[in-house]
Amino acid sequence: MPTAQEPTLTLNAGAIAATGTWQVHALAQGKAMATITAFLKSLKGDQLKWDLSAIDSMDHIGAQLFWNAWGKTRPANLQLAPGLEEFFKRLETTGTLELPRSRQNRLTLVMKLGFAMLLFFEHMAGLLRLIGQVVLDSWRFLRNPLRGPWKEISANIYHAGFQALGITALVGFLIGVVFSYLSAQQLRNFGGDIFLVNLLGMSIIRELGPLLAAILVAGRSGSSITAQLGVMRVTEELDAMLVMGISHGFRLILPKVLALAIAMPLLVIWTDTIALMGGMVSAKVELNLSPQYFLLKLPEAVPLANYLIGIGKGVVFGMLIALVSCHFGLRIKPNTESLGRGTTTSVVTAITAVILADAVFAIVFSGVGFSL
Amino acid sequence: MSEYEGTCGPGTGELTLDGSVPVVEITGLWTKYGRTVVHQDLNLEIEQGEIMSIVGGSGTGKTTLLRQMLGLERPARGCVRVFGEDISEIDSDRLQELRNHWGMLFQQGALYSALTVFENIAQPMRELHVLPEDLVHDAVLLKMNMVGLGPEHANKMPSDLSGGMVKRVALARALALEPKLLFLDEPTAGLDPDLSEAFVALIKSLHRELGLTVVMVTHDLDTLFALSTRIAVLAEKHVIALGPLQDLLKVDHPFIKEFFLGDRGRRALEALEEKTSTEP
Repeated sequence: MPTAQEPTLTLNAGAIAATGTWQVHALAQGKAMATITAFLKSLKGDQLKWDLSAIDSMDHIGAQLFWNAWGKTRPANLQLAPGLEEFFKRLETTGTLELPRSRQNRLTLVMKLGFAMLLFFEHMAGLLRLIGQVVLDSWRFLRNPLRGPWKEISANIYHAGFQALGITALVGFLIGVVFSYLSAQQLRNFGGDIFLVNLLGMSIIRELGPLLAAILVAGRSGSSITAQLGVMRVTEELDAMLVMGISHGFRLILPKVLALAIAMPLLVIWTDTIALMGGMVSAKVELNLSPQYFLLKLPEAVPLANYLIGIGKGVVFGMLIALVSCHFGLRIKPNTESLGRGTTTSVVTAITAVILADAVFAIVFSGVGFSL
Repeated sequence: MSEYEGTCGPGTGELTLDGSVPVVEITGLWTKYGRTVVHQDLNLEIEQGEIMSIVGGSGTGKTTLLRQMLGLERPARGCVRVFGEDISEIDSDRLQELRNHWGMLFQQGALYSALTVFENIAQPMRELHVLPEDLVHDAVLLKMNMVGLGPEHANKMPSDLSGGMVKRVALARALALEPKLLFLDEPTAGLDPDLSEAFVALIKSLHRELGLTVVMVTHDLDTLFALSTRIAVLAEKHVIALGPLQDLLKVDHPFIKEFFLGDRGRRALEALEEKTSTEP
């Protein structure tokens, strides 16, 4: 068959003749649809004669097009080709179908703010419940450690910790180099070259190392935890676990929280080390400060307390990230949009939570770890 | 290097829609997954206007065959022609045209979960970018009416629908552009007997009304017997038997004997005979 003939309408002394293929594919080709729409718009008067006897084929969309042009009734003067009757009979018996009015969203700004607040409290309550659940599950774990989820914990440490070594090292090293390079330039102005060790050591060990590692882990593991739990909801795996009497808290959430609580401080130490190495390289190049001097000066410049604070931050950040991502993962509804939105919100919230916690640390330990 | 070795002759470069060539034509098709050979030198022709059912034990590659007809998977060797065009060699414009001429009903419905029922069915029409919105609106509601869904369901999300409704919406979406060729993957799987009977009746009436060619993969014997004009039986890596039900019953092959004349098969056949004798 040659490709569909173009559907055309011609007006001839009060009679409109239609020819060609009135199927959706033919209508979609070229400018057929635009021409027809323009033609129908130009029509005036309702006592028109319609001649559809020269149409070679039609489908429901083509028929609907005529039907709409006729104002959803059969015109008095209508000639049909054989076989077309069915289409219009169908349209006639179906009658006019109306979409139900979707309920309008009539929320004022104040109401929206109220809902946002309620949602916030709901999240806080959910997070609190989750923390309570983790505490209860930890108690269960402590009473009977042999039946604990060891395999899950070790798998999570591997995924969240070991597999993050590469990226944390790379980012840590680069930040160390850049930070050291910029500080060295400033310090040289004051002739305080040797204080580079204090500056680098203090900021990396106490602040930058834990924060960098936490942000990377929140992006890497946080999103994967949320997506994993979300897909488990979509595929009904979560329900299957409940039916078998396997608790989500004990087998999914506790292992993730514990794994991140173990892996994060180790990652913090690793990031600190690599970032300081980056700093040393830059110091050697920029200020000709030897690595030996750097290492000798470090314990003196940075009291041990800072190191411990950094590790403590690692533990807290890790648990926060795991809790936030689990919380959002469990709230995902079984559809793709919710999965995407949940993952985004989870990562953003985890990073925000980490930075907030960091601020709390700064206030609480404001008097600790300074040698001066 | 691609493993594909085209064995199709040159095509005409145009879709042949008038039924002068088979709607689907598969010749010398091989499918391999690693070292496992699923199809070996498989041949199948589907004529215009028929309802072809593909049956076979699990793992015989029924769904794979369907996916190869749709161009979602490539055979290791052999030729798949749809409307006379080689599906793996076709240029992208022609492929797009082809895609507007077929519809697929996926086993789980595969509705877009972020869109409402209405938007799901309107999607293929809107994708043409020429139909005015009021026409799309009416056409979607007509399609919903055809598959037995009232306009009150139009604003629901797929997650709020029951299994039977998901299938109906998916069917309406597959039919949105009035395809000439409809693929059904397990159309009645997961439906209760009443619903599945209603669905079979629906497909039957749409087939009559729209003059569709239907290719169906199914395990459900009731559906199979009630709908198919011809049945292709896949076993031993190719089509071992092809023909109307009455002819297949005479074929002497252990799989066919077991499949059609086992307890289940006999019950379904009896039910079918009963129904045809009571129907006017």
